[in-house]
Amino acid sequence: MKIQILGTGCAKCKKLAKNAETAAQELHLEYELVKVTDIQEITAFGVLMTPALAIDGQVKLSGKAPSVKELKGLLST
Amino acid sequence: MDHQTNGDMTTEETIRGSFLSKHLGLKIALFLIAWFLLYRQLLPLARFISYDLIGLQLESHLGSAVEFFLYDTPKVLMLLVLVVFGVGVLRSFITPELTRQILAGRRESTGNVLAALLGVVTPFCSCSAVPLFIGFVTAGIPLGITFSFLISAPMVNEIALVLLFGLLGWKVAALYFITGILIATIAGWTIGRLKLENHVEDWVRELQVNQAAMPDNRQSWEERIRFGIDAVQDIVGRVWLYVVIGILIGAAIHGFVPENFMAGIMGKSAWWSVPVSVVIGIPMYTNAAGIIPVVEALLGKGAALGTVLAFMMSVIALSFPEMVILRKVLKPRLIATFIAVVGAGILVVGYLFNLII
Repeated sequence: MKIQILGTGCAKCKKLAKNAETAAQELHLEYELVKVTDIQEITAFGVLMTPALAIDGQVKLSGKAPSVKELKGLLST
Repeated sequence: MDHQTNGDMTTEETIRGSFLSKHLGLKIALFLIAWFLLYRQLLPLARFISYDLIGLQLESHLGSAVEFFLYDTPKVLMLLVLVVFGVGVLRSFITPELTRQILAGRRESTGNVLAALLGVVTPFCSCSAVPLFIGFVTAGIPLGITFSFLISAPMVNEIALVLLFGLLGWKVAALYFITGILIATIAGWTIGRLKLENHVEDWVRELQVNQAAMPDNRQSWEERIRFGIDAVQDIVGRVWLYVVIGILIGAAIHGFVPENFMAGIMGKSAWWSVPVSVVIGIPMYTNAAGIIPVVEALLGKGAALGTVLAFMMSVIALSFPEMVILRKVLKPRLIATFIAVVGAGILVVGYLFNLII
């Protein structure tokens, strides 16, 4: 799966990227993690708050950086 | 979850859920009682430490500075924890998407008021000002209403209100809230009248945004409480140092700066002090947590409330980093107009308070 982290590089964005990476590894997923930092690209997703996380182009959460445990739940569905 | 036992699981889960939330209610009640008991002991405790334990002279400079610090720091931090938690739980109900839905299709004026009010409770961080701006404008929300939101969201926030309440009393906090909402409403409305839509960057206007559907925001109470606790960890964790440093400077001013020292510079008689305060406030960038304790101490030394309020609003509402962020979507003229209109509003507030109080 393709995991995209949308954010311009704020502290929360980095935390989300790190937690998503850990979660995906712990689940032994086959994944590709991409950081989307360009503001025009981010807005094209239609999110109002960064950081946001998209799986295969689909926005799953925005405006928060949840724990690894929560992200595992999100990634495994 | 196994499909065959699906029915049983749901009932079981509801029972467990209600038991848990009962337990949660009890925990919160206990926390509140402990909070109030401790809060009421703060002043005697600060006095005891300053005068009995350390043995400072009552009414001495150092004594009053130490007492001020020992009393105000825990007081403000405790108030912050309580309010940030409450607002955090409240915000778990209000997503920016919901705010956008409420504001889309509103007429101006009522829309401006609504946007200013929603700016207080909608989760907002200046780092997502750009996606939010684009999301609002492309949803057809008028530019002026979007600005009302963007002015009020950073300026009227729970941290500023808590600090004003804790250090200056509820009247000043209420004044700040009301004038903040008024400035956001009127400034946004004015920007709407000026027809500056073509001063939004071209790429934004050409943007075709697929409106993401409203995310599902159903959460259990447990999750909402968790959201509140996260907000406390995040916000109080970020601002506590500013509070301590601010109060430390405030305490030093309290104890060592002579009475009426500020009267000549920031007092009522100096008419030029209001505009100067606003101009100085623009490049200064700190959050409400750092600036309010200093402001409180200045008031005690003869500075006028209107001048001080204008200074504070300028520091919080007109910040240089936010202008840099907004520059990505706004052309320079619109940014300049934004600063001028909000600055003018703050000036009026400053003079008004110097006049009536």
